[in-house]
Amino acid sequence: MNATPTMMSDSQLDGELPSRGHVAMFALIAAEAAIFAIFVVAYIFDLGKSLTGPLPKDVLAVPIFYTICLLSSSVTIHVAGHALGQGKIGGFRTWWFATIVLGALFLYGTAQEWHRLIYQEGLTISTNLFGTTYYSLVGLHGFHVLVGLICLSAVMAFTLFGDIQPQHTYRIDVLSLYWHFVDVVWIVVFTVVYIIGR
Amino acid sequence: MIPTFAQADVHYLSPTNIFAPASTPADTIFGLSIFVLAVTATIFVVVFSLLLYAVVRFRKRADDDGREPPQVYGSNQVELAWTVIPILIVVALFMATARVIASVQKAAQPPNAIEVIAIGHQFWWEYRYPALQVVTANELHVPVSDPAHPTPTFIKLLSADTDHSFWIPRLAGKTDLIPNRINHTWIDPHETGLYLGQCAQYCGTQHAKMLLRVYVQSREEFDRWIQEQSQVAHIGDTASEGQHIFETTACINCHAIGGTVADGRFGPDLSHLMSRDTIAAGAAPNTPENLRRWIRNPDDIKPGSRMPAMELSDRELDAVTAYLTTLR
Amino acid sequence: MSTDSIALPRPQEASRALVDSLHDWVTTVDHKRLGVLYILFALFFLLVGGIEATIMRIQLIRPQNDFVSPQVFNRMFTMHGTTMIFFVAMPVMFGFANYLVPLMIGARDMAFPRLNAFSFWLSALGGILLYFSLVGANGLYGAGNAPDVGWFAYAPLTSQTFSRGHSTDFWTLAVLISGFGSIGTAINILTTILCLRCPGMKLGKMPLFAWLNLVMAALVLIAIGPLTAAQIMLTLDRYLGAHFFDTQAGGSAVIWMHFFWIFGHPEVYILVIPAFAFVSEIIPVFSRKAMFGYPVMVAATVAIGFLSTAVWAHHMFTVGLSSNANTFFVLSTMAIGVPTGIKIFNWLATMWGGKIHFQTPMLFCIAFLFQFLIAGLTGIMLSAAPFDWQLGNSYFVVAHFHYVIVGGILFALFGAFYYWFPKMTGKMYSETLGKLHFWLFVLGFHLTFDFMHIPGFLGMPRRIYTYELGRGWDTWNLIVTIGVFFQALSILTFVGNLVWHCFKGEAAGSDPWDAWTLEWTTSSPPPVYNFAAVPTVRSRRPLWDLKHPDDPDWKYE
Repeated sequence: MNATPTMMSDSQLDGELPSRGHVAMFALIAAEAAIFAIFVVAYIFDLGKSLTGPLPKDVLAVPIFYTICLLSSSVTIHVAGHALGQGKIGGFRTWWFATIVLGALFLYGTAQEWHRLIYQEGLTISTNLFGTTYYSLVGLHGFHVLVGLICLSAVMAFTLFGDIQPQHTYRIDVLSLYWHFVDVVWIVVFTVVYIIGR
Repeated sequence: MIPTFAQADVHYLSPTNIFAPASTPADTIFGLSIFVLAVTATIFVVVFSLLLYAVVRFRKRADDDGREPPQVYGSNQVELAWTVIPILIVVALFMATARVIASVQKAAQPPNAIEVIAIGHQFWWEYRYPALQVVTANELHVPVSDPAHPTPTFIKLLSADTDHSFWIPRLAGKTDLIPNRINHTWIDPHETGLYLGQCAQYCGTQHAKMLLRVYVQSREEFDRWIQEQSQVAHIGDTASEGQHIFETTACINCHAIGGTVADGRFGPDLSHLMSRDTIAAGAAPNTPENLRRWIRNPDDIKPGSRMPAMELSDRELDAVTAYLTTLR
Repeated sequence: MSTDSIALPRPQEASRALVDSLHDWVTTVDHKRLGVLYILFALFFLLVGGIEATIMRIQLIRPQNDFVSPQVFNRMFTMHGTTMIFFVAMPVMFGFANYLVPLMIGARDMAFPRLNAFSFWLSALGGILLYFSLVGANGLYGAGNAPDVGWFAYAPLTSQTFSRGHSTDFWTLAVLISGFGSIGTAINILTTILCLRCPGMKLGKMPLFAWLNLVMAALVLIAIGPLTAAQIMLTLDRYLGAHFFDTQAGGSAVIWMHFFWIFGHPEVYILVIPAFAFVSEIIPVFSRKAMFGYPVMVAATVAIGFLSTAVWAHHMFTVGLSSNANTFFVLSTMAIGVPTGIKIFNWLATMWGGKIHFQTPMLFCIAFLFQFLIAGLTGIMLSAAPFDWQLGNSYFVVAHFHYVIVGGILFALFGAFYYWFPKMTGKMYSETLGKLHFWLFVLGFHLTFDFMHIPGFLGMPRRIYTYELGRGWDTWNLIVTIGVFFQALSILTFVGNLVWHCFKGEAAGSDPWDAWTLEWTTSSPPPVYNFAAVPTVRSRRPLWDLKHPDDPDWKYE
């Protein structure tokens, strides 16, 4: 039996009822926000409770450049979606690629920082409470960036095959919502870890 | 030497009846509970009667004409009434409750209070009286408290491993023992006697047999008990073989006997073992037969307890038991 | 694919057709079939969880009993709680929501049929994984490696130090995976209700069943996250040496409790709100009156949803929180009693002045009202924190929550089974057997759970595999255990009634109860596409309007 892959049209009250994709993505974001909130609470609760070093102010370096990369990728993904809506496939392709590059740069920055923390500062997830809460919170976020990048790359592949058309603006919009969420989470994590917690 | 239950227990259905308070915290809770029960019982009677009435009065009769009854969609006044009245009830209950919380949790510790540190272990209780230089296990002794001149016992609650809970229903509500956290409770029993309870937070295999025994004694008896407990162990001369086995086997890794080389802290302090009525946190009466049985294989009495079977021969068992039975 | 989408295959068809039929069921994305799959899955685990409970009750029938060892008993209460909450109560509610919500709002299916199927199979995997623990390492003798840390798995009992081996990990993984399934279903329910309503069905016109499942879905989205987070943290502690709950490294046992109960309290509302939904559909139909105070019912449910996120520490009154914290949670917990009571009054007012028909669905709903009242009142007792310092963690609490879950939720669920069985199967069950089930279960339920309060008053803590002589608990435990056998008998009657009549019952027709919501306009069972034409509604009771054209609801709403 074939599952019906066609979009079921929303009811005749089109325009009165919200769109399925957006509602579902907001719902998913709410659930994810709940998970992140608990990791943030754990981070804040455990501040100052490590029995041994290293401590945040000793080893953390504020990742300004990589943060700018990630936050700019929200701008580029927005521009890409806008371009697609206006039928500019070429523009969409460029800005979408820029988004992926910026996101990948952010992940690279995280990897670099972790490498330094582990091999030079001796901070691992099991070193102390700070290590535990830091790696789990930043890691959870990084994991969500990675998942987002995989989805963005899939769309990139479709674009290169010429399969993305203006009628897909809606789906691109829904996916962008996820990417924006990932950025907002980073703003929270950044504030808690690098500003409040140091 | 087992003190008999206070005779009054017979009338209370159970030695752990929460409605038979014998100490101020339990008394205060009892007072609140009567108020709460009265309010909830009243609500129950009213609503239950209305439900019963509705079910009977508005049942479909046998001679029903099949027409639908008048459709009533709602009534703002009625909704308001049964919103406001419950809110008022909640306010009353809340105020009564808040007052009791404060009176129990914020009770000041008077200077003459007995201070005890209770440390929960899997599956036994360690008691220390820091000011009185006493370390013991499983059977807590406190002086009786005269309401006119109270001598309460304030207990600090710690844990050496997982979560436990200290619950003697007739004396106070339960308070948990949580590792890396200091909790507090207090009791001021008004009558002498033996009060029972048990651990009330699941802590592992033998949670069920982590029993509590609190001996409330007259001031003289309590002072005498403290005196005996604070001395080093009295070891009989006849027990040297048992003592030798005890001190050269792994026993001393876990157990302490005052005045000897044994100073392990993982298991109960045995300096005055024979002053206790029970062993293994109340799991069995303290008799030489049970002692021997316990040492031979603790899982026989309390399967899953943390003490391993020491693989002693019969002769060694007899010797060690003889040694331990001299520790008064 | 056949047009009668959920009729079971006729026995005389060739076995090839049976394979095809099974294949259809396994690959289905149809909300009705997935609903039935969820419900059958839940029924299976209900029996398993019931056996676990029976084992415990036999062990506790007298003091110092040795029917099972302490190790086995501890696994039993852990598995019983975990199974009943995650693999019975949640799936069965998702099953009914899946089946009924699209039908009630005039939609063709859920918003995301494939996500629907994926979510179901995730939950199924979770259930299988939990029970795989029995054979995971040591095999069945001694109940294998089943988790024994309690369904709320307090730290640090769950650390590697105190829980060696993998039993705790089976618990963590099974619940984690099914949690993802729950989030998927919640997204689906929420999106379906918000986006797929038929013309005319504004939010204020949809059945209360839809409203209440909407609130439930929203709660799932907020509440499962904290549990997922806590379980990830626990697994990091156990395998990567993290220290979240490692009290020897400065970590906190209490923070596990906070995280767990931030999930755990909304969870019980996730379970009970769909039960309210059943009752809100059945009572009006069998009283022959519209629901009294529909807008207030909606508002009260939304209030309950919000408040339920602010009461969690009433599970932690004995943990040594400050008196200010305890006092706050007393207030919030007592406050949630107000909208809950309002709902009881509105159901009462619906029956008031009506013509009550006492068929099996209504019998169960009436019992629900009496029993949920009592459950709520024992909850008020527990909300008075000092009283909870005595009653908490005792058999009083066990009695209270079973009164809610069995006396409330399960009774409402039985009502729902009987009410919608004709719609789902096209057949009518036996009313006599239904009533027999009801009265047997009432007897068994009250024998067990009324008397269970008493050992709580007399100082009996929970989760103990045996108890001492001379505590005064013996007689009550005996009576509690006896009730179990009546419940078991009644469940057998229930299963027999439904299974037999699924095959051999009389045709029920599309609207056997003379009801008023859209699912009763379709055939029984509904065609795979639900509605041949998209319905248009003007009121909360579209069928009432059709049946009473002279006196339609939309004139009064």
